[in-house]
Amino acid sequence: MIADYLLHLADNALVLGQRNAEWCGHGPVLEEDIAMANIGLDCIGQARMLYQYAAQLIGGEATEDSLAYFRSAPDFRNYTMLELPQQTAFAPSANVPRDYSITITRNFLFSTLMSLVWPALQHSKDAQVAAIAAKSSKEVRYHLRHSTDWMLRLGDGTALSHQKMQSALDYLMPYTQEFFTTAAFEADAVQNNVGVDVAALQDEWQSRVATVVTEATLQMSASTGHLTRGKEGLHSEHLSYLLAEMQSLAREHPGAVW
Amino acid sequence: MISNEKLRSIVARARVLAGNITDPEIPVITLEDLGILRDVQAVPFGEKTNQGQQGFIIEITITPTYSGCPAMDQIRDDILHEMDAEHIPARVKTSLAPAWTTDWMSEAGRLKLREYGIAPPQHLSHEHSNSRVIQFATKSIAARAINTPANDPFSSQTASQNIICPHCGSDNTTETSHFASTACKALYKCLDCLEPFDYFKPY
Repeated sequence: MIADYLLHLADNALVLGQRNAEWCGHGPVLEEDIAMANIGLDCIGQARMLYQYAAQLIGGEATEDSLAYFRSAPDFRNYTMLELPQQTAFAPSANVPRDYSITITRNFLFSTLMSLVWPALQHSKDAQVAAIAAKSSKEVRYHLRHSTDWMLRLGDGTALSHQKMQSALDYLMPYTQEFFTTAAFEADAVQNNVGVDVAALQDEWQSRVATVVTEATLQMSASTGHLTRGKEGLHSEHLSYLLAEMQSLAREHPGAVW
Repeated sequence: MISNEKLRSIVARARVLAGNITDPEIPVITLEDLGILRDVQAVPFGEKTNQGQQGFIIEITITPTYSGCPAMDQIRDDILHEMDAEHIPARVKTSLAPAWTTDWMSEAGRLKLREYGIAPPQHLSHEHSNSRVIQFATKSIAARAINTPANDPFSSQTASQNIICPHCGSDNTTETSHFASTACKALYKCLDCLEPFDYFKPY
């Protein structure tokens, strides 16, 4: 079951890394293009360390690549929020241009969470989890700083940027309920002193988010409504498309190396 | 069977060779300077007979910088290539803990970085700041003084003060972007000589 917990952390990092990497070559300005590629790279690096360790625990023929490229959507344990496309809610088609408000708001909500989770995981009873958390803690603070700056700049910006950021927040906040609803593998990991009790971090997270949202002159949105269960394998329709793109090369040419 | 003395000299030689390998991205700074070479030792390899341990392999332990740093694979290959050239049987081990920090970078390394045009990282304990990236700052942020240590994940500091321009030595500099040509660097601009430069971020 610890492997499930590791896969949850790894899938979160990989799926968000893949989404952020979609901006590579398409960023709104050069600096942001580079920033998104860098943040995506950090996430994918974190995912690799976690998959390598999970593969070791799972044993058999499992490798970091088999876990990343040869599992299907229902096997993925990431939060639903992280797989959503960069388009705004109810975008009529996949041809709608990506919207940076979604990217920034999602990175902000998730980085705020991981800025609490990674430092806590440094006290994990599992030495390898603690070691991975120590590295990831150093990286997430730069991710949070980046998204926080843009929350403020765009929220407290023009009428249009303000309105877009508010819409993004209203759209994404309900998905954050999933962070604080404990899945069986999380309860197990907490019980074994390997994982952290994310539900116990909710108040701290809420207050960190509210501080920035207020400073950004935005209204805190309600996190109510449908509770997503991506981490238990019940995903939105978007994950399969993301995986199709990400996994196609490895599946078409198994064992391909650069 | 190999004598202990001979083995010690091979380990010492391997350490010098590995330590002198340069970073693939920043070719002026060595693995020793970066602080990513953690250990070099001889470990038993192959069969142990009544004549003693028959073989040894040199195990070189490195620690990754950023989790996703693509240079790590290249560094591993470079080390093995160097050992091959010297006919030293070797393998590379990666160790995550203790986590690498820019505080391990040597003074010589910092000097080389500056000469190469990259501002070296501030020590984590010293990294404080009162400002954000100017271009992005709202009025309320610009007016607010923030002073929190860099290792606090919620610290709002971004553009550190007193980052010295490696070109002209001025400390009148500003951060253009948190992320630059690689994940480990931020993009800065000198407000005196107007040259852009990279700053190696404290990690």
